[in-house]
Amino acid sequence: MEIKKAAVAGTMESSDCMVTIRPGDGTLDIQLDSDVKVMFGTSILETIQDTLASLGVTNADVEVRDRGALDCVIRARVECAVCRASGEAFDWTKEAAYHG
Amino acid sequence: MINAVGREIPEKIGDYVVRPYTGAYDGSPSTTPVRSLRCAGKTTSDTEKLTYSLEDAIRRVGLTDGMTISFHHSFREGDKIIGQVLLAIRALGIKNLKFAPSAVVNIKNPSIVDFVKDGTITSIEASGIRGELGDAVLEGLMDQPVILRPHGSRPRAIEAGELNIDVAFIGASAADEYGNATGQIGPNACGALGYSFIDATSAAKVVVITDYLVDYPCVPASISQQYVDVVCKVDEIGDPEKIGKGATRMTKNPRDLMIAQRSADVMAASRRFKDGFGFQTGAGAISIACTNYLAKHMEEKGIKASFALGGMTASIVEMYHKGLVRVLECSQCFDSVAARAIVENPNIVEIDNAVYSNAHTKGAMLDKLTFGILAALEVDTDFNVNILTGSSGEMMGGLGGGPDVSAGADISIVCLPIVRGRTPSVTKRVFTCCTPGETVAAVVTEAGIALNPRHRHYEELKEDLSKAGLKLVTIEHLQKMAESLTGVPQPIETTDRVVCVVEYRDGSVIDVIREIKK
Amino acid sequence: MAEKTIRLKRTGLYASGSTPVNMIQAIFYNEDMLVYDLEDSVPASEKDAARLLVYRMLKEHRPEGKYICIRVNGIYSEELEQDLQAAVRANPDCIRIPKVEYAREVQAISRHIAEIEEAVGLEVGKIELICNIESYMGVLNAQEIAMADPRVVALSVAAEDLTASLKAQRTKAGLEVFYARNAVLLACRAAGVDALDIVFSDINDEEGLRADTALAKNLGFDGKTVVHPRQIDVVNSYFTPSMKEIKYALRVLKAVEEGKQAGKGAVTLDGGMIDKPMELRARTTLAQAEAAGINVERMVL
Repeated sequence: MEIKKAAVAGTMESSDCMVTIRPGDGTLDIQLDSDVKVMFGTSILETIQDTLASLGVTNADVEVRDRGALDCVIRARVECAVCRASGEAFDWTKEAAYHG
Repeated sequence: MINAVGREIPEKIGDYVVRPYTGAYDGSPSTTPVRSLRCAGKTTSDTEKLTYSLEDAIRRVGLTDGMTISFHHSFREGDKIIGQVLLAIRALGIKNLKFAPSAVVNIKNPSIVDFVKDGTITSIEASGIRGELGDAVLEGLMDQPVILRPHGSRPRAIEAGELNIDVAFIGASAADEYGNATGQIGPNACGALGYSFIDATSAAKVVVITDYLVDYPCVPASISQQYVDVVCKVDEIGDPEKIGKGATRMTKNPRDLMIAQRSADVMAASRRFKDGFGFQTGAGAISIACTNYLAKHMEEKGIKASFALGGMTASIVEMYHKGLVRVLECSQCFDSVAARAIVENPNIVEIDNAVYSNAHTKGAMLDKLTFGILAALEVDTDFNVNILTGSSGEMMGGLGGGPDVSAGADISIVCLPIVRGRTPSVTKRVFTCCTPGETVAAVVTEAGIALNPRHRHYEELKEDLSKAGLKLVTIEHLQKMAESLTGVPQPIETTDRVVCVVEYRDGSVIDVIREIKK
Repeated sequence: MAEKTIRLKRTGLYASGSTPVNMIQAIFYNEDMLVYDLEDSVPASEKDAARLLVYRMLKEHRPEGKYICIRVNGIYSEELEQDLQAAVRANPDCIRIPKVEYAREVQAISRHIAEIEEAVGLEVGKIELICNIESYMGVLNAQEIAMADPRVVALSVAAEDLTASLKAQRTKAGLEVFYARNAVLLACRAAGVDALDIVFSDINDEEGLRADTALAKNLGFDGKTVVHPRQIDVVNSYFTPSMKEIKYALRVLKAVEEGKQAGKGAVTLDGGMIDKPMELRARTTLAQAEAAGINVERMVL
């Protein structure tokens, strides 16, 4: 997806994170600030990269300020920010159903 | 070497000789007569103890380089004494002091870090350090490791001659010019001064500091004139807002309320929940809510407690007024309702911290506790409890009386949520072991109640809880549940350098805290 | 259509799709039904965020032993299409539809769910529906709504919007919605689905909650929506069946079983005929008893 404008998703509440995405200068630049960086810094970065890759985002400045969000929350916030920044709705057809 | 809770500890840490922890009830007391630096004094009707200058007070007690100074923590975050005294000491150019407050100290403007950096303070012994000082210590601020002791261990260390206080600075919300002092009256009333009694009787010199001089004699008097060398009147000893305004508020967090209610249910299900039981619930958010739920159970079943112990809150005072508890034994007061209660009620009494918690006396009151509620940052699958260090290894709390209460109470209950944000608090191995698992009877969380199979009352409690229909889970279940939410954290990396020694109540070393690798 | 199972709905707790912490904590309370909300608790500007959050949360951290619902936005909301795409893929036990007024609305949603179920390879018809009744028209049409579609397993009355649509004043005693509660209940009984009662809004009034829940139970409701986790244990306790109710339920099921074995078309008990809704009620009663820790298997009739 193409990042066309700056967009924000999420909050600074505990157990949440705030993701800000801006159009990049040709590369993917990720900045992470987290309350739990010592414990989960690497895994949070992986989640962000993985989510961006699955959405086909390759050119963006991404800033994540994490207040101890679970992995699934980080994923959802990044997805939301990307959709908002690209002006496109989330493509549900790519998502497989939960099968227990 | 490896101690009895499986912690790797060095045999010697600088000058500090390590006695490894061998078991919760194993440590032997010192066999020599108890130590005190207190000397005889000489006074006449002409003796003038009062001064209006801290520098003058410090000069009069003869504080010099290399000595040990102490403070109590009854003014909590509202303390304005420690900063003023240290500034005066700095102005006099006195260096290389050992700073030995009775508990956690977290003062800002000035910060203790500044006094360490300029050499005023070179070693620290406390119950916990946090904030700026905690961060700096973990980054290797001090040459000497900080010695951390639970409440019961401090008077023990003093009487065993391990901690020798040269000058005790005792803040009092009211005092007379001859040194009779109290925390119970005056604009900055904080209630019990129980933590300073040992300082008053054991230090070589004692300075009472107050902002509220009363006519002689000051009544009530918690600190007696016979121990006091100098009385210093200052403008302000504290910030009443931060000392404890009104009643400590009940949490509204539904998760914490559920944990509190379950903890009270555990107590009420026990066969020991009967007339004459004793309890300590503490001051955490969950603890206060738990007190209220406990009161409800007592009212419903018509059961009355003989005593409540330790730090007092408005909720416990309310139980006293309802006739649910006969005596409140206060070593400290957590809010202004509790602070006032001692003067107003005959069976709400101020007690010495040593009689509350010292394991090496001829009787600590917490030995008589039926139930103890403990707060924690982390608990592990061996039931070991961490109340000092947070998820990044940072200094978060203080040992307080947790290790003491846990060992003393028949049924000690650790209450905590299994996760805080993304930080798991039921783990495979706590980062810092403060309270040994063998003393913990139960862990109560939002995700269930786990009993410790190694606890001396396990079979009994299991039977009682099953009868009451309380569902039990294993501690491993709670740990896995926490991990399934948060994921597996990366371990915190440390260097070999020990920055804090964590003593158990008997003075043995239960764990050490090492410098965090950057 | 899939076979319906008995699922307890004594308490229904909403967790806002806007707040991760609420969704995480709700996992641990004792509510039977956890409703992840995309509607009222989510501001218009956050609908997209809530949808993704609820979807990801349910995929990763599915609470065990709870009846899982997603409340989507209303039938005429432009959010509904995306909501259903997300909700069906999250494969909850149930989708809860707000402000239902006509059977055709439910049928349209059911058909759309079926399309998505089929597209993503889920068993068609398995996801159940609960219809929220929150207007006079919903109340008037409650019976056709309850019978609108095989997916419908319950109707739930909501008092706030209902009183507004009635031009009534909302009071604590609730006489203004008393008729509506009963009307919906009757519709549910006729259709053989569960009836879920209104919330009691004053979270600090435990006595009031007890009185209101006792009333709901006596009227015949199967459960109640709660506004705060603190209300859960109280409400659950009122929907725990009495010994008399349990024994009656056991007799009903015994008679049904004997009837089946004897190959009888109609089964009677105490001179009256046992119909399908009666049998369903008996099964629900036993499920409620078991959830409260009562061992019904050893019970002597």
